[in-house]
Amino acid sequence: MIVAISIGAVSVPVGDVWAIVWHHVTGAGTAPSDPALDQIVWNFRTPRVVLAALVGAGLAVSGAVLQTVVSNPLADPIVLGFSYGATLGAVLVITLGAGAALAGLGVSAAAFLGALLAGALVFALGQRRGRLAPTRLVLAGVAVGYVFLSATSYVQLQATPNELRTVMFWMLGSVAGAQWDQIPTVTVVVLVTTTLLSLFGRRLNVLLAGDESATALGVDVNRLRAVLLVLSALLTGTVIAVAGSIGFVGLMIPHLVRLTTGADHRRLLPLTALLGALYLVLVDLLSRTLDRPNELPLGILTALLGAPFFLWLLRRNKGLD
Amino acid sequence: MELTVDHIRITLDRTAILRDVSLQAHKGEIVGLVGPNGSGKSTLLRAVYRSLRPADGAVRVGEDDVWALSPRAAARRTAAVLQDAGGNITGLTVTEIVALGRAPHHGLLGRDGTGDRAVVADAVDRCGVRPFADRDYASLSGGERQRVLLARALAQEPQLLVLDEVTNHLDIRARFELLDLVRATGITTLAVLHDLDLAARLCDHLVVLHEGTVVAAGPVLEVLTPQVLADVFGVNARTGRHADGVIRITYTAQPLAGDNASEPARAPSGDTISSKENS
Repeated sequence: MIVAISIGAVSVPVGDVWAIVWHHVTGAGTAPSDPALDQIVWNFRTPRVVLAALVGAGLAVSGAVLQTVVSNPLADPIVLGFSYGATLGAVLVITLGAGAALAGLGVSAAAFLGALLAGALVFALGQRRGRLAPTRLVLAGVAVGYVFLSATSYVQLQATPNELRTVMFWMLGSVAGAQWDQIPTVTVVVLVTTTLLSLFGRRLNVLLAGDESATALGVDVNRLRAVLLVLSALLTGTVIAVAGSIGFVGLMIPHLVRLTTGADHRRLLPLTALLGALYLVLVDLLSRTLDRPNELPLGILTALLGAPFFLWLLRRNKGLD
Repeated sequence: MELTVDHIRITLDRTAILRDVSLQAHKGEIVGLVGPNGSGKSTLLRAVYRSLRPADGAVRVGEDDVWALSPRAAARRTAAVLQDAGGNITGLTVTEIVALGRAPHHGLLGRDGTGDRAVVADAVDRCGVRPFADRDYASLSGGERQRVLLARALAQEPQLLVLDEVTNHLDIRARFELLDLVRATGITTLAVLHDLDLAARLCDHLVVLHEGTVVAAGPVLEVLTPQVLADVFGVNARTGRHADGVIRITYTAQPLAGDNASEPARAPSGDTISSKENS
Protein backbone atom coordinates (compact mmCIF):
# COMPACT_ATOMS: atom_id res chain seq x y z
CA MET A 1 0.00 0.00 0.00
CA ILE A 2 2.85 2.32 0.79
CA VAL A 3 4.28 1.62 -2.66
CA ALA A 4 0.91 2.32 -4.23
CA ILE A 5 0.80 5.66 -2.43
CA SER A 6 4.26 6.61 -3.66
CA ILE A 7 3.44 6.13 -7.33
CA GLY A 8 1.44 8.71 -9.22
CA ALA A 9 1.62 11.88 -11.29
CA VAL A 10 4.24 13.08 -8.84
CA SER A 11 6.54 10.31 -7.73
CA VAL A 12 7.27 10.35 -4.05
CA PRO A 13 10.10 8.23 -2.63
CA VAL A 14 8.80 5.32 -0.60
CA GLY A 15 10.78 6.49 2.42
CA ASP A 16 9.12 9.90 2.39
CA VAL A 17 5.68 8.31 2.06
CA TRP A 18 6.38 6.13 5.04
CA ALA A 19 7.57 9.13 7.05
CA ILE A 20 4.48 11.16 6.19
CA VAL A 21 2.00 8.36 6.90
CA TRP A 22 3.83 7.47 10.10
CA HIS A 23 3.75 11.08 11.20
CA HIS A 24 0.01 11.37 10.63
CA VAL A 25 -0.92 8.06 12.17
CA THR A 26 1.22 8.24 15.30
CA GLY A 27 1.98 11.95 15.58
CA ALA A 28 5.59 10.97 16.05
CA GLY A 29 8.55 12.00 13.91
CA THR A 30 9.08 15.28 12.18
CA ALA A 31 6.42 16.99 10.15
CA PRO A 32 7.16 16.79 6.43
CA SER A 33 9.11 19.73 5.10
CA ASP A 34 7.17 20.09 1.87
CA PRO A 35 3.48 20.89 2.48
CA ALA A 36 2.60 20.10 -1.16
CA LEU A 37 4.06 16.64 -0.80
CA ASP A 38 2.21 16.18 2.45
CA GLN A 39 -0.99 17.26 0.75
CA ILE A 40 -0.52 14.79 -2.12
CA VAL A 41 0.42 11.88 0.06
CA TRP A 42 -1.87 12.30 3.02
CA ASN A 43 -4.92 14.06 1.59
CA PHE A 44 -5.14 12.58 -1.89
CA ARG A 45 -3.36 9.28 -2.22
CA THR A 46 -3.61 7.69 1.20
CA PRO A 47 -7.41 7.86 1.57
CA ARG A 48 -7.69 6.64 -1.97
CA VAL A 49 -5.52 3.59 -1.40
CA VAL A 50 -7.21 2.83 1.93
CA LEU A 51 -10.63 3.09 0.33
CA ALA A 52 -9.58 0.85 -2.55
CA ALA A 53 -8.45 -1.77 -0.06
CA LEU A 54 -11.68 -1.58 1.95
CA VAL A 55 -13.88 -1.73 -1.14
CA GLY A 56 -11.92 -4.65 -2.58
CA ALA A 57 -12.17 -6.57 0.67
CA GLY A 58 -15.88 -5.84 1.06
CA LEU A 59 -16.86 -6.85 -2.47
CA ALA A 60 -14.79 -10.03 -2.38
CA VAL A 61 -16.08 -11.19 1.02
CA SER A 62 -19.67 -10.50 0.13
CA GLY A 63 -19.24 -12.41 -3.15
CA ALA A 64 -17.76 -15.39 -1.31
CA VAL A 65 -20.65 -15.48 1.16
CA LEU A 66 -23.35 -15.02 -1.48
CA GLN A 67 -21.95 -17.85 -3.59
CA THR A 68 -22.39 -20.21 -0.67
CA VAL A 69 -25.71 -18.78 0.52
CA VAL A 70 -27.41 -19.35 -2.82
CA SER A 71 -25.25 -22.41 -3.72
CA ASN A 72 -24.32 -20.87 -7.01
CA PRO A 73 -20.78 -20.23 -8.21
CA LEU A 74 -21.99 -17.36 -10.39
CA ALA A 75 -23.48 -15.37 -7.53
CA ASP A 76 -22.09 -11.97 -6.63
CA PRO A 77 -23.51 -8.55 -5.65
CA ILE A 78 -24.40 -7.90 -9.29
CA VAL A 79 -26.30 -11.14 -9.92
CA LEU A 80 -28.27 -10.66 -6.72
CA GLY A 81 -29.35 -7.20 -7.84
CA PHE A 82 -27.65 -5.23 -5.05
CA SER A 83 -25.40 -3.35 -7.47
CA TYR A 84 -28.24 -2.38 -9.77
CA GLY A 85 -30.21 -1.05 -6.83
CA ALA A 86 -27.25 1.07 -5.83
CA THR A 87 -26.79 2.26 -9.40
CA LEU A 88 -30.38 3.44 -9.69
CA GLY A 89 -30.07 5.34 -6.44
CA ALA A 90 -26.86 7.02 -7.56
CA VAL A 91 -28.04 7.79 -11.08
CA LEU A 92 -31.26 9.34 -9.78
CA VAL A 93 -29.33 11.78 -7.60
CA ILE A 94 -26.78 12.55 -10.32
CA THR A 95 -29.38 13.35 -12.96
CA LEU A 96 -31.88 15.07 -10.73
CA GLY A 97 -29.04 17.31 -9.70
CA ALA A 98 -28.19 18.99 -6.46
CA GLY A 99 -31.49 20.84 -6.36
CA ALA A 100 -33.55 17.70 -6.20
CA ALA A 101 -31.00 15.86 -4.10
CA LEU A 102 -33.75 13.80 -2.58
CA ALA A 103 -34.19 15.57 0.73
CA GLY A 104 -30.48 16.13 1.13
CA LEU A 105 -29.36 12.70 0.01
CA GLY A 106 -25.94 12.53 -1.55
CA VAL A 107 -24.97 10.08 -4.29
CA SER A 108 -23.47 7.69 -1.74
CA ALA A 109 -26.46 7.69 0.57
CA ALA A 110 -28.83 7.15 -2.33
CA ALA A 111 -26.70 4.28 -3.66
CA PHE A 112 -26.63 2.69 -0.21
CA LEU A 113 -30.39 2.91 0.11
CA GLY A 114 -30.80 1.55 -3.41
CA ALA A 115 -28.67 -1.48 -2.59
CA LEU A 116 -30.60 -2.14 0.61
CA LEU A 117 -33.90 -1.73 -1.21
CA ALA A 118 -32.79 -4.27 -3.80
CA GLY A 119 -31.64 -6.57 -0.99
CA ALA A 120 -35.00 -6.28 0.76
CA LEU A 121 -36.89 -7.02 -2.47
CA VAL A 122 -34.79 -10.07 -3.25
CA PHE A 123 -35.25 -11.22 0.32
CA ALA A 124 -39.03 -10.80 0.12
CA LEU A 125 -39.43 -12.36 -3.33
CA GLY A 126 -36.93 -15.14 -2.69
CA GLN A 127 -39.03 -16.85 -0.08
CA ARG A 128 -42.08 -19.01 -0.19
CA ARG A 129 -43.91 -20.22 2.86
CA GLY A 130 -41.15 -18.67 4.95
CA ARG A 131 -38.39 -20.65 3.28
CA LEU A 132 -35.53 -19.00 1.43
CA ALA A 133 -34.72 -21.31 -1.45
CA PRO A 134 -31.35 -20.83 -3.19
CA THR A 135 -32.61 -21.01 -6.77
CA ARG A 136 -35.54 -18.75 -6.00
CA LEU A 137 -33.17 -16.21 -4.45
CA VAL A 138 -30.92 -16.13 -7.52
CA LEU A 139 -33.85 -15.77 -9.89
CA ALA A 140 -35.42 -13.07 -7.73
CA GLY A 141 -32.05 -11.28 -7.68
CA VAL A 142 -31.70 -11.38 -11.45
CA ALA A 143 -35.28 -10.19 -11.96
CA VAL A 144 -34.99 -7.36 -9.44
CA GLY A 145 -31.68 -6.41 -11.07
CA TYR A 146 -33.32 -6.12 -14.49
CA VAL A 147 -36.10 -3.95 -13.16
CA PHE A 148 -33.60 -1.58 -11.56
CA LEU A 149 -31.50 -1.64 -14.71
CA SER A 150 -34.38 -0.66 -16.96
CA ALA A 151 -35.36 2.12 -14.56
CA THR A 152 -31.75 3.29 -14.63
CA SER A 153 -31.66 3.24 -18.43
CA TYR A 154 -34.83 5.29 -18.58
CA VAL A 155 -33.42 7.88 -16.20
CA GLN A 156 -30.24 8.02 -18.27
CA LEU A 157 -32.20 8.90 -21.38
CA GLN A 158 -33.30 12.10 -19.65
CA ALA A 159 -29.75 13.02 -18.66
CA THR A 160 -27.48 15.64 -20.19
CA PRO A 161 -24.22 14.45 -21.80
CA ASN A 162 -22.27 15.80 -18.88
CA GLU A 163 -24.37 13.92 -16.35
CA LEU A 164 -24.10 10.83 -18.52
CA ARG A 165 -20.36 10.88 -18.23
CA THR A 166 -20.59 11.06 -14.45
CA VAL A 167 -23.13 8.23 -14.48
CA MET A 168 -20.93 6.12 -16.73
CA PHE A 169 -17.92 6.64 -14.50
CA TRP A 170 -19.93 5.80 -11.43
CA MET A 171 -21.29 2.62 -12.97
CA LEU A 172 -17.80 1.38 -13.76
CA GLY A 173 -16.55 2.29 -10.33
CA SER A 174 -13.80 4.51 -9.01
CA VAL A 175 -12.15 5.51 -5.77
CA ALA A 176 -10.78 8.75 -7.24
CA GLY A 177 -13.00 10.86 -5.03
CA ALA A 178 -11.87 9.25 -1.80
CA GLN A 179 -11.84 11.54 1.20
CA TRP A 180 -10.83 10.97 4.77
CA ASP A 181 -14.28 11.64 6.15
CA GLN A 182 -15.63 8.56 4.30
CA ILE A 183 -13.01 6.24 5.69
CA PRO A 184 -14.17 5.71 9.31
CA THR A 185 -17.70 4.56 8.44
CA VAL A 186 -16.56 2.29 5.65
CA THR A 187 -13.79 0.85 7.81
CA VAL A 188 -16.16 0.05 10.64
CA VAL A 189 -18.76 -1.57 8.39
CA VAL A 190 -16.21 -3.64 6.45
CA LEU A 191 -14.36 -4.79 9.56
CA VAL A 192 -17.46 -5.59 11.61
CA THR A 193 -19.40 -7.42 8.89
CA THR A 194 -16.32 -9.33 7.71
CA THR A 195 -15.59 -10.43 11.27
CA LEU A 196 -19.20 -11.48 11.84
CA LEU A 197 -19.31 -13.36 8.55
CA SER A 198 -16.04 -15.11 9.41
CA LEU A 199 -17.58 -16.22 12.71
CA PHE A 200 -20.21 -18.02 10.65
CA GLY A 201 -17.41 -19.83 8.82
CA ARG A 202 -18.16 -23.27 10.18
CA ARG A 203 -21.86 -22.92 9.45
CA LEU A 204 -21.12 -21.72 5.94
CA ASN A 205 -19.10 -24.91 5.50
CA VAL A 206 -22.08 -26.93 6.71
CA LEU A 207 -24.27 -25.12 4.19
CA LEU A 208 -22.08 -26.56 1.42
CA ALA A 209 -23.38 -30.00 2.35
CA GLY A 210 -26.86 -29.11 1.05
CA ASP A 211 -29.92 -27.83 2.91
CA GLU A 212 -31.25 -31.11 4.25
CA SER A 213 -27.84 -32.32 5.40
CA ALA A 214 -27.13 -28.94 6.98
CA THR A 215 -30.41 -29.20 8.88
CA ALA A 216 -29.43 -32.65 10.10
CA LEU A 217 -26.14 -31.13 11.25
CA GLY A 218 -28.04 -28.81 13.55
CA VAL A 219 -28.04 -25.64 11.45
CA ASP A 220 -31.22 -23.58 11.16
CA VAL A 221 -30.68 -23.13 7.43
CA ASN A 222 -33.37 -20.55 6.89
CA ARG A 223 -32.29 -18.27 9.70
CA LEU A 224 -28.64 -18.60 8.75
CA ARG A 225 -29.42 -17.65 5.17
CA ALA A 226 -31.41 -14.62 6.31
CA VAL A 227 -28.64 -13.37 8.60
CA LEU A 228 -25.97 -13.85 5.94
CA LEU A 229 -28.05 -12.08 3.29
CA VAL A 230 -28.64 -9.08 5.52
CA LEU A 231 -24.96 -8.82 6.44
CA SER A 232 -23.76 -9.09 2.87
CA ALA A 233 -26.33 -6.60 1.58
CA LEU A 234 -25.13 -4.15 4.23
CA LEU A 235 -21.52 -4.75 3.31
CA THR A 236 -22.07 -4.46 -0.44
CA GLY A 237 -24.32 -1.43 -0.08
CA THR A 238 -21.66 0.39 1.92
CA VAL A 239 -18.76 -0.22 -0.44
CA ILE A 240 -20.71 0.31 -3.65
CA ALA A 241 -22.04 3.54 -2.23
CA VAL A 242 -18.56 5.03 -1.99
CA ALA A 243 -16.89 3.44 -5.00
CA GLY A 244 -19.59 2.69 -7.54
CA SER A 245 -20.53 -0.64 -8.96
CA ILE A 246 -17.26 -2.49 -9.55
CA GLY A 247 -17.63 -5.86 -11.21
CA PHE A 248 -15.50 -8.99 -11.22
CA VAL A 249 -13.94 -8.61 -7.75
CA GLY A 250 -16.92 -10.12 -5.93
CA LEU A 251 -17.20 -12.94 -8.43
CA MET A 252 -13.64 -13.96 -9.10
CA ILE A 253 -11.55 -13.24 -6.02
CA PRO A 254 -13.43 -15.83 -3.90
CA HIS A 255 -12.95 -18.43 -6.64
CA LEU A 256 -9.25 -17.58 -6.91
CA VAL A 257 -8.85 -18.23 -3.20
CA ARG A 258 -10.96 -21.43 -3.32
CA LEU A 259 -8.93 -22.80 -6.21
CA THR A 260 -5.66 -22.22 -4.39
CA THR A 261 -6.42 -22.83 -0.71
CA GLY A 262 -9.74 -24.68 -0.57
CA ALA A 263 -13.28 -23.81 0.42
CA ASP A 264 -13.13 -23.87 4.25
CA HIS A 265 -14.77 -20.53 5.01
CA ARG A 266 -12.77 -20.03 8.18
CA ARG A 267 -9.73 -19.63 5.91
CA LEU A 268 -11.53 -18.51 2.80
CA LEU A 269 -13.14 -15.33 4.13
CA PRO A 270 -10.05 -13.68 5.70
CA LEU A 271 -7.91 -14.61 2.69
CA THR A 272 -10.57 -13.39 0.30
CA ALA A 273 -10.71 -10.07 2.14
CA LEU A 274 -6.95 -9.74 1.93
CA LEU A 275 -6.68 -10.66 -1.74
CA GLY A 276 -9.66 -8.47 -2.66
CA ALA A 277 -8.01 -5.53 -0.90
CA LEU A 278 -4.64 -6.07 -2.58
CA TYR A 279 -6.22 -6.57 -5.95
CA LEU A 280 -8.24 -3.40 -5.92
CA VAL A 281 -5.28 -1.35 -4.66
CA LEU A 282 -3.29 -2.67 -7.60
CA VAL A 283 -6.06 -2.02 -10.08
CA ASP A 284 -6.56 1.49 -8.77
CA LEU A 285 -2.84 2.12 -9.09
CA LEU A 286 -2.96 1.05 -12.72
CA SER A 287 -6.14 2.99 -13.37
CA ARG A 288 -4.44 6.27 -12.46
CA THR A 289 -1.07 5.55 -14.08
CA LEU A 290 -1.76 3.69 -17.34
CA ASP A 291 -3.50 6.48 -19.19
CA ARG A 292 -2.07 9.60 -17.54
CA PRO A 293 -3.34 12.16 -16.97
CA ASN A 294 -6.72 10.46 -17.47
CA GLU A 295 -8.27 8.14 -14.96
CA LEU A 296 -9.67 4.82 -16.09
CA PRO A 297 -12.71 3.50 -14.24
CA LEU A 298 -11.89 0.48 -12.08
CA GLY A 299 -14.56 -1.72 -13.63
CA ILE A 300 -12.75 -1.68 -16.97
CA LEU A 301 -9.50 -2.94 -15.49
CA THR A 302 -10.72 -5.40 -12.85
CA ALA A 303 -11.91 -7.91 -15.42
CA LEU A 304 -9.32 -7.11 -18.08
CA LEU A 305 -6.48 -7.91 -15.71
CA GLY A 306 -8.03 -10.63 -13.60
CA ALA A 307 -9.90 -12.73 -16.13
CA PRO A 308 -6.87 -14.12 -18.02
CA PHE A 309 -5.19 -15.08 -14.77
CA PHE A 310 -8.38 -16.62 -13.52
CA LEU A 311 -8.84 -18.65 -16.70
CA TRP A 312 -5.27 -19.89 -16.46
CA LEU A 313 -5.91 -21.05 -12.90
CA LEU A 314 -9.17 -22.67 -13.94
CA ARG A 315 -7.45 -24.72 -16.61
CA ARG A 316 -4.77 -25.86 -14.22
CA ASN A 317 -7.27 -27.06 -11.63
CA LYS A 318 -8.46 -30.64 -11.92
CA GLY A 319 -10.91 -30.66 -9.03
CA LEU A 320 -13.72 -29.13 -11.07
CA ASP A 321 -14.02 -31.93 -13.61
CA MET B 1 -30.80 -45.12 22.06
CA GLU B 2 -34.35 -45.97 21.26
CA LEU B 3 -36.32 -44.21 18.53
CA THR B 4 -40.07 -43.83 18.92
CA VAL B 5 -42.24 -42.34 16.22
CA ASP B 6 -45.56 -41.77 17.89
CA HIS B 7 -48.67 -41.26 15.75
CA ILE B 8 -47.26 -38.54 13.50
CA ARG B 9 -49.21 -36.82 10.76
CA ILE B 10 -47.66 -34.62 8.08
CA THR B 11 -49.50 -32.55 5.49
CA LEU B 12 -47.83 -30.66 2.66
CA ASP B 13 -49.84 -28.32 0.44
CA ARG B 14 -53.04 -29.75 1.91
CA THR B 15 -52.06 -33.25 0.83
CA ALA B 16 -51.64 -35.77 3.59
CA ILE B 17 -48.17 -37.31 3.19
CA LEU B 18 -48.15 -39.27 6.44
CA ARG B 19 -51.30 -40.22 8.33
CA ASP B 20 -50.92 -41.53 11.82
CA VAL B 21 -47.57 -43.27 11.46
CA SER B 22 -45.94 -45.00 14.40
CA LEU B 23 -42.82 -47.10 14.58
CA GLN B 24 -40.11 -48.05 16.99
CA ALA B 25 -36.43 -48.96 16.82
CA HIS B 26 -34.95 -50.48 19.95
CA LYS B 27 -31.44 -49.72 21.10
CA GLY B 28 -28.88 -51.09 18.64
CA GLU B 29 -31.52 -52.26 16.18
CA ILE B 30 -31.47 -51.56 12.45
CA VAL B 31 -34.94 -50.84 11.18
CA GLY B 32 -35.53 -50.67 7.45
CA LEU B 33 -38.18 -48.42 6.00
CA VAL B 34 -39.43 -49.73 2.67
CA GLY B 35 -42.22 -48.81 0.31
CA PRO B 36 -42.79 -47.70 -3.25
CA ASN B 37 -41.89 -44.24 -4.53
CA GLY B 38 -44.03 -41.55 -2.96
CA SER B 39 -45.09 -43.65 0.01
CA GLY B 40 -43.71 -41.07 2.46
CA LYS B 41 -40.40 -42.66 3.49
CA SER B 42 -38.20 -39.61 3.07
CA THR B 43 -40.85 -37.41 4.67
CA LEU B 44 -40.85 -39.64 7.72
CA LEU B 45 -37.07 -39.36 7.91
CA ARG B 46 -37.31 -35.58 7.71
CA ALA B 47 -39.53 -35.56 10.77
CA VAL B 48 -36.89 -37.65 12.58
CA TYR B 49 -33.86 -35.51 11.72
CA ARG B 50 -35.83 -32.38 12.54
CA SER B 51 -36.33 -30.91 9.12
CA LEU B 52 -40.11 -31.14 8.78
CA ARG B 53 -42.32 -30.68 11.82
CA PRO B 54 -45.25 -33.07 12.09
CA ALA B 55 -48.67 -31.49 12.47
CA ASP B 56 -49.49 -34.10 15.12
CA GLY B 57 -47.66 -36.69 17.13
CA ALA B 58 -44.12 -36.89 18.45
CA VAL B 59 -40.68 -38.19 17.52
CA ARG B 60 -38.61 -39.27 20.50
CA VAL B 61 -34.97 -40.29 20.69
CA GLY B 62 -34.61 -41.88 24.10
CA GLU B 63 -36.77 -39.75 26.38
CA ASP B 64 -36.38 -36.51 24.41
CA ASP B 65 -38.95 -35.14 22.02
CA VAL B 66 -36.81 -34.23 19.01
CA TRP B 67 -38.98 -31.22 18.23
CA ALA B 68 -38.64 -29.85 21.75
CA LEU B 69 -34.85 -29.80 21.41
CA SER B 70 -32.80 -27.06 19.76
CA PRO B 71 -31.54 -27.93 16.25
CA ARG B 72 -28.03 -28.38 17.58
CA ALA B 73 -29.06 -30.51 20.53
CA ALA B 74 -31.09 -32.71 18.18
CA ALA B 75 -28.10 -33.05 15.85
CA ARG B 76 -25.98 -34.28 18.74
CA ARG B 77 -28.40 -37.21 19.12
CA THR B 78 -29.35 -37.93 15.51
CA ALA B 79 -27.08 -37.97 12.46
CA ALA B 80 -28.30 -38.39 8.90
CA VAL B 81 -26.76 -39.49 5.61
CA LEU B 82 -28.99 -38.13 2.87
CA GLN B 83 -29.32 -38.05 -0.87
CA ASP B 84 -28.70 -34.33 -1.30
CA ALA B 85 -25.43 -34.83 0.46
CA GLY B 86 -22.58 -32.95 -1.05
CA GLY B 87 -23.67 -32.74 -4.65
CA ASN B 88 -21.72 -29.54 -5.13
CA ILE B 89 -18.98 -29.72 -2.55
CA THR B 90 -15.66 -28.87 -4.10
CA GLY B 91 -12.66 -27.45 -2.33
CA LEU B 92 -13.17 -29.35 0.92
CA THR B 93 -10.97 -32.30 1.78
CA VAL B 94 -12.32 -35.56 3.15
CA THR B 95 -11.11 -34.67 6.65
CA GLU B 96 -12.78 -31.27 6.42
CA ILE B 97 -16.06 -32.91 5.42
CA VAL B 98 -15.88 -35.38 8.30
CA ALA B 99 -15.10 -32.47 10.65
CA LEU B 100 -18.45 -30.88 9.70
CA GLY B 101 -19.89 -33.55 11.99
CA ARG B 102 -18.49 -31.59 14.93
CA ALA B 103 -20.61 -28.54 14.05
CA PRO B 104 -23.49 -29.40 16.42
CA HIS B 105 -21.01 -29.62 19.30
CA HIS B 106 -19.95 -25.97 18.92
CA GLY B 107 -21.52 -22.53 19.14
CA LEU B 108 -20.58 -19.57 17.00
CA LEU B 109 -17.28 -19.00 18.78
CA GLY B 110 -16.37 -22.65 19.29
CA ARG B 111 -13.19 -23.96 17.72
CA ASP B 112 -12.08 -27.54 17.17
CA GLY B 113 -9.98 -28.81 20.04
CA THR B 114 -7.91 -31.97 20.43
CA GLY B 115 -11.03 -33.87 21.51
CA ASP B 116 -12.79 -32.94 18.27
CA ARG B 117 -9.81 -33.92 16.18
CA ALA B 118 -9.64 -37.30 17.92
CA VAL B 119 -13.31 -37.98 17.21
CA VAL B 120 -12.82 -37.00 13.55
CA ALA B 121 -9.70 -39.18 13.22
CA ASP B 122 -11.55 -42.11 14.77
CA ALA B 123 -14.48 -41.72 12.36
CA VAL B 124 -12.06 -41.47 9.44
CA ASP B 125 -10.40 -44.74 10.49
CA ARG B 126 -13.60 -46.62 11.24
CA CYS B 127 -15.01 -45.89 7.81
CA GLY B 128 -11.75 -46.71 6.04
CA VAL B 129 -11.37 -43.33 4.39
CA ARG B 130 -7.88 -42.68 5.80
CA PRO B 131 -6.11 -43.44 2.46
CA PHE B 132 -7.80 -40.46 0.81
CA ALA B 133 -8.27 -38.26 3.88
CA ASP B 134 -6.50 -35.31 2.27
CA ARG B 135 -8.09 -35.53 -1.13
CA ASP B 136 -10.78 -33.21 -2.44
CA TYR B 137 -14.20 -34.74 -1.80
CA ALA B 138 -15.24 -33.96 -5.38
CA SER B 139 -12.54 -36.27 -6.74
CA LEU B 140 -13.92 -39.39 -4.99
CA SER B 141 -16.01 -42.22 -6.39
CA GLY B 142 -19.61 -42.69 -5.30
CA GLY B 143 -18.78 -45.48 -2.86
CA GLU B 144 -15.94 -43.50 -1.32
CA ARG B 145 -18.19 -40.46 -0.92
CA GLN B 146 -20.85 -42.40 0.94
CA ARG B 147 -18.25 -43.74 3.34
CA VAL B 148 -17.03 -40.18 3.93
CA LEU B 149 -20.58 -39.04 4.67
CA LEU B 150 -21.04 -41.96 7.05
CA ALA B 151 -17.81 -40.91 8.76
CA ARG B 152 -19.21 -37.39 9.05
CA ALA B 153 -22.33 -38.81 10.67
CA LEU B 154 -20.21 -40.81 13.15
CA ALA B 155 -18.25 -37.65 13.98
CA GLN B 156 -21.52 -36.25 15.32
CA GLU B 157 -21.32 -39.02 17.97
CA PRO B 158 -25.00 -39.76 17.46
CA GLN B 159 -27.23 -42.23 19.27
CA LEU B 160 -29.40 -42.62 16.20
CA LEU B 161 -28.43 -42.92 12.53
CA VAL B 162 -30.84 -42.00 9.75
CA LEU B 163 -29.97 -43.23 6.27
CA ASP B 164 -31.85 -42.22 3.13
CA GLU B 165 -31.13 -44.59 0.26
CA VAL B 166 -27.41 -44.44 0.85
CA THR B 167 -26.67 -47.35 -1.47
CA ASN B 168 -28.14 -45.69 -4.55
CA HIS B 169 -25.76 -45.60 -7.50
CA LEU B 170 -23.21 -47.79 -5.73
CA ASP B 171 -21.86 -50.98 -7.24
CA ILE B 172 -22.69 -54.19 -5.43
CA ARG B 173 -19.44 -54.46 -3.51
CA ALA B 174 -19.61 -50.86 -2.35
CA ARG B 175 -23.17 -51.54 -1.15
CA PHE B 176 -22.12 -54.46 0.97
CA GLU B 177 -19.12 -52.59 2.35
CA LEU B 178 -21.23 -49.61 3.32
CA LEU B 179 -23.91 -51.68 4.99
CA ASP B 180 -21.29 -53.70 6.87
CA LEU B 181 -19.90 -50.42 8.17
CA VAL B 182 -23.35 -49.35 9.31
CA ARG B 183 -23.89 -52.65 11.09
CA ALA B 184 -20.46 -52.46 12.73
CA THR B 185 -21.27 -49.11 14.36
CA GLY B 186 -23.85 -50.75 16.61
CA ILE B 187 -25.85 -47.50 16.57
CA THR B 188 -29.63 -47.63 16.42
CA THR B 189 -30.46 -47.05 12.76
CA LEU B 190 -33.48 -46.11 10.69
CA ALA B 191 -32.71 -46.73 7.02
CA VAL B 192 -34.75 -46.13 3.90
CA LEU B 193 -33.70 -48.70 1.34
CA HIS B 194 -35.06 -49.13 -2.14
CA ASP B 195 -33.49 -52.51 -2.69
CA LEU B 196 -35.60 -55.05 -0.81
CA ASP B 197 -32.86 -57.70 -0.92
CA LEU B 198 -30.43 -55.31 0.74
CA ALA B 199 -33.07 -54.30 3.26
CA ALA B 200 -33.71 -57.94 4.08
CA ARG B 201 -30.00 -58.52 4.47
CA LEU B 202 -29.23 -55.51 6.64
CA CYS B 203 -32.23 -54.98 8.83
CA ASP B 204 -33.51 -56.57 12.02
CA HIS B 205 -36.97 -55.27 11.38
CA LEU B 206 -38.78 -53.77 8.44
CA VAL B 207 -41.55 -51.21 8.33
CA VAL B 208 -43.55 -51.04 5.11
CA LEU B 209 -45.03 -47.68 4.22
CA HIS B 210 -47.76 -47.38 1.64
CA GLU B 211 -49.61 -44.17 0.81
CA GLY B 212 -48.58 -42.56 4.06
CA THR B 213 -49.51 -45.37 6.42
CA VAL B 214 -47.70 -48.33 7.93
CA VAL B 215 -49.12 -51.48 6.36
CA ALA B 216 -46.75 -53.99 7.95
CA ALA B 217 -44.01 -53.99 10.56
CA GLY B 218 -41.89 -56.66 12.17
CA PRO B 219 -39.18 -59.22 11.38
CA VAL B 220 -38.26 -59.42 7.70
CA LEU B 221 -39.84 -62.79 6.94
CA GLU B 222 -43.09 -61.85 8.63
CA VAL B 223 -43.31 -58.53 6.78
CA LEU B 224 -42.30 -59.32 3.22
CA THR B 225 -45.07 -61.80 2.54
CA PRO B 226 -46.27 -62.45 -1.00
CA GLN B 227 -49.43 -60.61 -0.05
CA VAL B 228 -47.57 -57.44 0.98
CA LEU B 229 -45.21 -57.64 -1.99
CA ALA B 230 -48.17 -57.86 -4.31
CA ASP B 231 -50.39 -55.29 -2.62
CA VAL B 232 -47.74 -52.67 -1.95
CA PHE B 233 -45.03 -53.17 -4.55
CA GLY B 234 -47.12 -54.74 -7.30
CA VAL B 235 -44.86 -57.71 -7.92
CA ASN B 236 -45.22 -61.45 -7.67
CA ALA B 237 -42.51 -62.57 -5.31
CA ARG B 238 -41.78 -64.59 -2.24
CA THR B 239 -39.29 -64.30 0.53
CA GLY B 240 -37.36 -67.06 2.20
CA ARG B 241 -34.29 -67.88 4.19
CA HIS B 242 -31.82 -69.79 2.09
CA ALA B 243 -29.59 -72.60 3.23
CA ASP B 244 -26.72 -70.11 3.75
CA GLY B 245 -28.85 -68.20 6.23
CA VAL B 246 -29.39 -65.18 3.97
CA ILE B 247 -32.91 -63.97 3.36
CA ARG B 248 -33.64 -63.53 -0.34
CA ILE B 249 -36.58 -62.37 -2.32
CA THR B 250 -37.41 -64.36 -5.41
CA TYR B 251 -39.38 -62.53 -8.05
CA THR B 252 -41.36 -65.34 -9.58
CA ALA B 253 -43.14 -63.69 -12.49
CA GLN B 254 -43.78 -60.53 -14.43
CA PRO B 255 -45.24 -57.58 -12.55
CA LEU B 256 -48.91 -58.03 -11.85
CA ALA B 257 -51.08 -57.40 -14.85
CA GLY B 258 -52.15 -53.78 -15.19
CA ASP B 259 -51.68 -51.29 -12.42
CA ASN B 260 -54.12 -52.94 -10.12
CA ALA B 261 -51.79 -53.68 -7.26
CA SER B 262 -54.66 -54.55 -4.96
CA GLU B 263 -55.26 -57.81 -6.80
CA PRO B 264 -54.57 -60.75 -4.57
CA ALA B 265 -51.20 -62.35 -5.00
CA ARG B 266 -51.07 -65.48 -7.08
CA ALA B 267 -47.64 -66.47 -5.97
CA PRO B 268 -47.34 -69.75 -4.18
CA SER B 269 -46.61 -69.14 -0.56
CA GLY B 270 -43.64 -70.79 1.03
CA ASP B 271 -41.41 -69.75 3.82
CA THR B 272 -38.40 -71.80 2.92
CA ILE B 273 -36.92 -72.00 -0.49
CA SER B 274 -34.13 -74.39 -1.25
CA SER B 275 -31.03 -72.81 -2.69
CA LYS B 276 -31.25 -75.04 -5.75
CA GLU B 277 -34.36 -73.22 -6.80
CA ASN B 278 -32.40 -70.02 -6.94
CA SER B 279 -29.88 -71.18 -9.51
